[in-house]
Amino acid sequence: MIKHDIVIIGGGPAGMAAAISAYKAGVTDIAIIERDAKLGGILNQCIHNGFGLHKLGQELTGPEYAEAYSREVEKLPIKVYYETMVTGFDKNRIVTAQNRGGILKIKAGAIVLAMGCRERSGGALNICGTRPAGIYSAGTAQKLINCMGYMVGRKVVLLGSGDIGLIMARRMSLEGAKVEAVCEIMPYSGGLTRNIVQCLDDYGIPLYLSHTVAEIHGKERVTGVTIAKVDDKRQVIEESKRYVECDTLLLSVGLIPENELTGSAGIEIDAITSGPRVDQNRQTEMDGVFACGNVLHVHDLVDYVSDEAEIAGTAAAEFVKNGRRDGAVFNTVAGEGVRYVLPQSISVGGTDDISLFMRVSKPYGKVRLTVKSGDEVLASAVKLKVAPGEMEKIVLKANKLNNLSGDITVALEELQ
Amino acid sequence: MIYDIAIVGGGVTGAMLARELSRYELSVCVLEKESDVAMGASKANSGIVHGGFDPEPDTLKAELNVKGVKLLYEAADMLNVPYINNGSMVCAFGSEQEAAVEELYERGIVNGVDEMRLLSGDEAREIEPFLSEKITKVLLVPTAGIICPYELTVAALGNAMDNGVVLERDFEVAAIEKIDGVFNVTDSVGKVIKAKYLINSAGCYADKIAEMIDDKFYDIIARPGEYLLLDKAEGGRVSHTIFQVPSSEGKGILVSPTVDGNLLTGPTARVAESRDSKEITPEGVKTVINLASKSVPSVQFSRVITSFTGVRSSTKTGDFIIEESKKTAGFIHVSAIDSPGLSSCVAIAKYTVDILKNAGVTLTEKQNWDGCRADPHAFRKMSDEQKDAFIKRNPSYGKVVCRCETVSEGEIIDAIRRNPGARDVDGVKRRTRSGMGRCQGGFCMPYVMKLISQETGTPYEEITKKGKDSKLLIGRI
Amino acid sequence: MTVNIDGDNVTVTGNACIRGEKYGKDECICPMRTVTSIIRVDNREDTMVSVKTKTPVKKEDIFAVMEKIRGVTVSAPIKMGDVLIEDLFGSEIIATKSID
Repeated sequence: MIKHDIVIIGGGPAGMAAAISAYKAGVTDIAIIERDAKLGGILNQCIHNGFGLHKLGQELTGPEYAEAYSREVEKLPIKVYYETMVTGFDKNRIVTAQNRGGILKIKAGAIVLAMGCRERSGGALNICGTRPAGIYSAGTAQKLINCMGYMVGRKVVLLGSGDIGLIMARRMSLEGAKVEAVCEIMPYSGGLTRNIVQCLDDYGIPLYLSHTVAEIHGKERVTGVTIAKVDDKRQVIEESKRYVECDTLLLSVGLIPENELTGSAGIEIDAITSGPRVDQNRQTEMDGVFACGNVLHVHDLVDYVSDEAEIAGTAAAEFVKNGRRDGAVFNTVAGEGVRYVLPQSISVGGTDDISLFMRVSKPYGKVRLTVKSGDEVLASAVKLKVAPGEMEKIVLKANKLNNLSGDITVALEELQ
Repeated sequence: MIYDIAIVGGGVTGAMLARELSRYELSVCVLEKESDVAMGASKANSGIVHGGFDPEPDTLKAELNVKGVKLLYEAADMLNVPYINNGSMVCAFGSEQEAAVEELYERGIVNGVDEMRLLSGDEAREIEPFLSEKITKVLLVPTAGIICPYELTVAALGNAMDNGVVLERDFEVAAIEKIDGVFNVTDSVGKVIKAKYLINSAGCYADKIAEMIDDKFYDIIARPGEYLLLDKAEGGRVSHTIFQVPSSEGKGILVSPTVDGNLLTGPTARVAESRDSKEITPEGVKTVINLASKSVPSVQFSRVITSFTGVRSSTKTGDFIIEESKKTAGFIHVSAIDSPGLSSCVAIAKYTVDILKNAGVTLTEKQNWDGCRADPHAFRKMSDEQKDAFIKRNPSYGKVVCRCETVSEGEIIDAIRRNPGARDVDGVKRRTRSGMGRCQGGFCMPYVMKLISQETGTPYEEITKKGKDSKLLIGRI
Repeated sequence: MTVNIDGDNVTVTGNACIRGEKYGKDECICPMRTVTSIIRVDNREDTMVSVKTKTPVKKEDIFAVMEKIRGVTVSAPIKMGDVLIEDLFGSEIIATKSID
């Protein structure tokens, strides 16, 4: 059996940042297991810019952000298993993986889960009509266009206004396709405002809010779709149905953390985040198993993924050196107007400030976010505008965490 | 060349017949209008091996279904097609339906179905705890089972090809002429295949084929039915196949595990506008959800991973039509094979071989016939140690292509090379499950295209989802 | 963020960082965009190199830039940052990925 102090599953932005920070924290025997032939993960197909402003102080494209990190990994004595797929791990931290050389069994001192996320598929949407060629998730289209150099269609309708979808609407327009419509079932877009301006408005692409694709037409290749307005229960309004001719339907209907491995290892998955439950060190309920990046919850910006991975990587190194050291554990709770809070628990007794990350449940104007334990206010912040698409952060000062009286609740109140 | 026998239609009926005929010293050709086999009802149906209690006594359906179950399990063993003899339950809601269930029990006895039992609602719920509280009586049929219909078709035809049968893909029969005792079958682009005997197992198009020899004494009524397939997380909701009391429309909406561990619900029974009407309708989806929830209220329909429509080929008379044409000697109808066609397919094949024998075909058994097919899923069943040794000899099995279903490059290449080789992305999916998991091919599809291109020499732009004009890409940037 | 235009006097308020001020002004007077795309690598099978304009170009020049990008192929090895097309609408096209 092979042994490594830290085994990181996934060599995307989370895995690379975790590896580098673990190394800096003093553990040198680190392995990254990557399914692809190179590091960087999905960043390699995200050729647009907008990455790295927070973390690297400059606006980079996805491949550039990836290469900035992969160069650093390659400089360090970190072992990377390329084209290797992890098929399981257990509570003894034995990782099973396979590649063209055979089956690998690796005993890990600590494991960092950094498998990222995947797109929600169209199958789950139950769209009526036919199932011809020409229906792609935005990320699949992105891979075919940007990495393989093939166009997937000429006339496009996009369902979902997530950022990848918006980016792909622009990308296809640049390559000469006509994007006829972007339909968003919610009354607001899930994408960043900047992307709506620079990806849709710049190219005259209409965004239809509270709209969906009700039906797909075409026997062999898509010939058109029926789009329709939906009511406040997200049900199609019959009389609003409208046929739009197109040869391609792109879907950008959400991302789901990829936690099949985590689940089969016996770690409970949070129903809201679809990731494992973690404490402030990003340690899961399983000793020595950490998680970071989109496998934990879907992030808006890769910069935040790197930040989170540094927490996990550093904590994994600490675990290897000193084992698990927990104080009293308090759960965090999403209160009024808040969809989820991460981390899901906090173990007190440390000397570091702790950042809480949260998403609100719907768009609001000016709000106050308050963090409380019992009646004591631990922190609060006023935000001018909040939306589910943009993650919010509140820092808890270490000295506030000494005498907690119970669960830590984050709630929102609207301000005038 | 002139084939001894040509079979129109590469569904489960044609495929199983081809395999049965491959036992003998005969030249056999299967003509399939699509680019792959199992593209009609054999691709999209419930995958149920019915016990045989349902068909009216003294019909071909009753005879061949009851005979067919055991034969099917035997063939599946030889072909390495997974099946589960999970048993089925027919559920009655209240006294009126209880009478119907009792009648089915009596009919099953007449048809010769073994091991059936009548259970009270509570007894049934002890076996299937998620059954509705409103179910008052249940017919338990232990001989029933589940099998993957397209995997069976691919395996049967693949085995037939291994034993010398020829498959002509994209051969859409446009005209049939009998000249000097030989059928000249012409396709839509003018290609001609000649054969001494011609089998019509063309599914939904069987009456069109019959018309070409002026022997259309039946109309095929295409009846589409919608299904919803759920995530493996719902796969354990029931272990038996749960039916409601059948009506004239069909066997009703069922809730069943699949051999792959998913949960299948459906089908509806609609009247079709056209024979290949494979649309999924909003009404259909609602009907499936409502009726499936009636039997098993706790099914979580938020976990649907895909929906599809299958089209049954029925007739007014309701029975299979398996006979030599009274007008044209050597032309055999194997038509109107709707439910329980899958359960009966081996029995149908044997019955048809007898008809051919009576029609003058000499059946000399081959010395070297091998009815077995190596298991395409052998790799995934191995222990880690066995896998390791296998990968060391075949490195491509170490490379995982489909993450959701853990399908390796080696398994995909095997599916492209092995009879009948996959030619398109859906063909790979049906054979390997690559792309059938939760992401529905989002990650693996580009890589599957690469392997198809590499193995078949097809340029990327020409690779299709499911043959013909279903091209996936429109050109290079 | 709010941008006030009063003759030649443009003021930005409500921006969260210093970049916001410049972005706000540019967006109202002369919107600039970084164009990103891909160029085929002619000596590597199925390989594209991702590229971008080193500095933003005027919004109205985006499609002209794309036209230029489409017209070329390049040969590996390529290092991230290599200039692949020089002098293009006041910018240049550089590789955003290294290809060995």
